[in-house]
Amino acid sequence: MLEIKDLRATVEGKEILKGISLSVKAGEVHAIMGPNGSGKSTLAQLLAGHPAYTVTGGSVTYLGKDLLDMDPEERAREGVFLAFQYPVTIRGVTNAYFLRSAVNAIRKARGQEEYDPIDFLDVLHEKLKAIGWDDALMNRPVNDGFSGGEKKRNEILQMAVLEPKLSLLDETDSGLDIDALKTVAEAVNRLRKPDTAAIVVTHYQRLLNYIVPDHVHVLAEGRILKSGGRELALELEARGYDWLLSERAVA
Amino acid sequence: MSKQAPDGRDHYLADFRKFTLNGGAHAPAWLMELRERAAGQFAKIGFPTVKEEAWRFTSVSSLLETPFTPARSDVVHSASALAGLTVGGDAGNRLVFVNGRFESAPSSVRGLPPGVRFESLQSALETSPEVVRKHLGQHARFDENGFTALSTAFVRDGAFLHIPRGVDLRDPLEILFLSAPVGGAWVSHPRILIVVDEGARGVVVERYAGADTGPYFTNTVTELVLGDGARLDHCRVQQEGASAYHLAATHSTQGRDSVLESCSVALGSALTRHDIGAVMNGAGGNLILNGLTLAGGRQHIDHHTTIDHAQPHCESHELFNGIFDEQSRGVFTGRIIVRPGAQRTDSKQTNNNLLLSPEARADSQPQLEIYADDVKCTHGATLGPVDDAAMFYLRSRGLDALEARNLLTYGFAADVISRLGSEAMRSHLYPVLLERLCRQRTGATA
Repeated sequence: MLEIKDLRATVEGKEILKGISLSVKAGEVHAIMGPNGSGKSTLAQLLAGHPAYTVTGGSVTYLGKDLLDMDPEERAREGVFLAFQYPVTIRGVTNAYFLRSAVNAIRKARGQEEYDPIDFLDVLHEKLKAIGWDDALMNRPVNDGFSGGEKKRNEILQMAVLEPKLSLLDETDSGLDIDALKTVAEAVNRLRKPDTAAIVVTHYQRLLNYIVPDHVHVLAEGRILKSGGRELALELEARGYDWLLSERAVA
Repeated sequence: MSKQAPDGRDHYLADFRKFTLNGGAHAPAWLMELRERAAGQFAKIGFPTVKEEAWRFTSVSSLLETPFTPARSDVVHSASALAGLTVGGDAGNRLVFVNGRFESAPSSVRGLPPGVRFESLQSALETSPEVVRKHLGQHARFDENGFTALSTAFVRDGAFLHIPRGVDLRDPLEILFLSAPVGGAWVSHPRILIVVDEGARGVVVERYAGADTGPYFTNTVTELVLGDGARLDHCRVQQEGASAYHLAATHSTQGRDSVLESCSVALGSALTRHDIGAVMNGAGGNLILNGLTLAGGRQHIDHHTTIDHAQPHCESHELFNGIFDEQSRGVFTGRIIVRPGAQRTDSKQTNNNLLLSPEARADSQPQLEIYADDVKCTHGATLGPVDDAAMFYLRSRGLDALEARNLLTYGFAADVISRLGSEAMRSHLYPVLLERLCRQRTGATA
């Protein structure tokens, strides 16, 4: 589904990604872990098309197409979704209106009929019910005055409504208490299907108790240091990141 | 080569003399005296120039180049002109004025509780002479502002609302000033006086609308008087024609524990300046003073506000958002005075300006004058193009760059409208905003 080859990228002239290769197949969940400043958030944002990053080498192929050649909205319409680490506040636009604008932009691009406001309310209520939330936040402006946990849940709601093929979760677990973490994880698990994939970027192992990954990669200083199965995450939990960094220094 | 700016004073004073002998005759002696005082003050101070600090960014020289004459009163309005301009539709209570003069046919006042007066100012001089005399010209000071002085000199017609003690009126009362072409460049001086007595409540929409049929000049003054524990929701919508000059002053005085929720939406005209003066004259008063400007083309739209915390324990919250496209410009002044003894004042001021074009310009001037020590006063201003982070957020959800920019622009405007207390007003104004923004995007402004 996603093929990243020797990807290099800079921000403001500073190299952040120094040759990343990663292959994600449909049905898989990959976890990317690593210390702060390792480049893991950069990778997630770059894949969604964030304009701050300049690709200086390598390639990214998504469903057979050159992902790097697409605008952010084209990527979204092709099924890429980024759950933001820091969701943005949009004043004056209600959550319900925003969600409908987004889903209709994607439906229009795919040649599907757009939802009218009434039809969309049905869709929205179904999604809310599926992830066990009420509509209390739907008529409030997007992320305006939301708590940290509400913002993260709102990202997951957008994901549920937009039904992406490739989900990128950028530290969705940070700042969540254990109950909120569980609800977010359950929502993500419910969206796991044979034809979708997810890349979960996280600093902590904790989330991976609930979203069990097929592959775990450790990113540090812009490179993947080590890849493994779920047991790698547990080892990182027990030993931290330093042993990996020093292993690399010795090698 | 510098050209002497036309002063314009003599032209209007000559018309004032004609007015006192003609349309302005047959007024009570106290009103004649008020007009003479105002005319005298106007003769002394004249029109402001950019040399005055308060008018530094707002030149009225183009207004003075045209000799506007008083509007004729024999204008026939067309019923279709009202379409889309009323909130309550046929069922609503409204006063309609054409070129500043009351028109009874399109107006509609019925079913109001006993004691409520909602009528033309001319009529109120007969029915409520004491209330009119007590308040008219007493709140809108004309010692410094030449436009207010001029408007007061010509005060004759306009709208009057008096809600007596304890009466609770929730349906919007509408005051509509329509401008119709009559040939030539004309001026009107509409006056609004709204008195809400102790414990009473009302919702008022004040609206100015006109077509683009050449220049005209609206020079309007509104006085709002709230008794102790009164509440007034006042929404003002300015949709003047594209060549119009709109000079306006709104002055409010609030009693103890009263609540004034006010919103000034400015969409039309070539040049608008709205001066707002709010006096918190009783302890425990609450003022919400919001505003929205949508400007494009070469429009110039200002809001200049002064909030005077004269008494302790009052709150004022001020939010003004401005959207400026093409070569438009505008000024926001937010002056807040906290008088000695006005302890426990809680005041918050926010002015956000969205610049949609590199040629657009907005100036923001907070002015805090605090003479008490136990107060909370905050202010903040933003200025700039559409936020990059928000653009990426929306595009990452599938909206293209234009859709994302339009949605953010709409949200910037809707942020102000969403705060209106009246559901009827909110649902009326959202489509007005959308229509105005769509028109702006396709190149036709105002």
